[in-house]
Amino acid sequence: MAQHDHDEHGSELSETQLRVRALETVLTEKGYIDPAALDLIIQAYETKIGPHTGARVVAKAWHDPAFKRALLDDGSKAVRALGHESRVGDHLVAVENTPARHNIVVCTLCSCYPWDVLGLPPVWYKSAPYRSRAVKDPRGVLADFGVKLPASTEIRVWDSTAETRFLVLPMRPSGTEGWSEERLAQLVTRDAMIGTGLPKPPEEVA
Amino acid sequence: MDGVHDMGGMDGFGKVQPEPNEPVFHAPWEGRVLAMQRSMGYAGAWPIDASRFAQERLAPQAYLGASYYQRWALAMERNLIERGYAGADELSSGHALRSGKPLARKLTPDLATQAMTRGSFYRQAQTPARFKPGDRVRTKNIHPPTHTRLPRYARGRLGVIELVHGCHAFPDTMAVDKGDSPQWLYTVMFEGKELWGPDADPTLKISIDAFEPYLDPA
Repeated sequence: MAQHDHDEHGSELSETQLRVRALETVLTEKGYIDPAALDLIIQAYETKIGPHTGARVVAKAWHDPAFKRALLDDGSKAVRALGHESRVGDHLVAVENTPARHNIVVCTLCSCYPWDVLGLPPVWYKSAPYRSRAVKDPRGVLADFGVKLPASTEIRVWDSTAETRFLVLPMRPSGTEGWSEERLAQLVTRDAMIGTGLPKPPEEVA
Repeated sequence: MDGVHDMGGMDGFGKVQPEPNEPVFHAPWEGRVLAMQRSMGYAGAWPIDASRFAQERLAPQAYLGASYYQRWALAMERNLIERGYAGADELSSGHALRSGKPLARKLTPDLATQAMTRGSFYRQAQTPARFKPGDRVRTKNIHPPTHTRLPRYARGRLGVIELVHGCHAFPDTMAVDKGDSPQWLYTVMFEGKELWGPDADPTLKISIDAFEPYLDPA
């Protein structure tokens, strides 16, 4: 496993690295796991499963009102119908931002996140600052991301305390009339689908 | 359990620090840990809530001092030992000293992609749903010493049923090997003031997903 051969001598990490290597060796020798299957899982998260899937879903919802209705009605069913390579599990719920309401997703108890459509969560999403503050001071959290919303906008925080997974459907930026789905998808950032960011302004996309 | 993992509403952790151009993994071992966890899950070694419960049982200073994937690794070691899949002597020596315990199945390369799809947590309902959207409910003031998904900040609070998600496997029993115990699952919405008092942001609404045993009619 070439992945293990990075040189990190003397750091705290090397202890973890050795411990994880021991774990993998024991599990392999016991016949529980196959390292080649591990390689494929890692490769899939590094190359196939990521926020581009969610961005395509959002762009389609912006472009196709019937799909948007289907998505808000049953997220898993609607996304599955698109036939993406990362097959979407049950319990995906899309929540829509409007001028009156902004949605933010968190998991205060662990780090539940819609992996199927956004890939693996960023470190900040799993961090104590985000998990502790998102439910109590979401405007302060948004400020950490440089996002300021009107004082009258309702802030709706979804704490992912069960196996339901939430995807924020951001508002389509104005000035994108007539854009194709592919072009719209370029505006959709990961953070916009978590609710800690907004889509890119149209002028940022050629 | 009332552990440090239950962080909602705690102060003092500081600002959120987004990392520009963050890599998927910060070190190769992180990917190995994630993939081992997925493989053991596929093999049916223990349910996901047993992984969560093992993390929650880490000493608070260990939980807070460890990175996300370090916590996963520590929890995996704990489940392996507690469930007899490996001995502490084997993990410390880095080699199997005894043969393995039988598992239901094994994740092989030809199945790896298939195993990436999340399993369903839907279960056959044993009873009709007790609540419907719009119903007022009060969360129970419970403090089980074991795994629960009712966060402290939302206990004993008045909320409104917003969504009904069907009947799901119940984490509180799954985590301690007491079965699926299927329960109705609801999104319950709370006003900011109900959770954080009169000084809360008046535009704030927070929801949790709550299993029926967490709720009383109000």
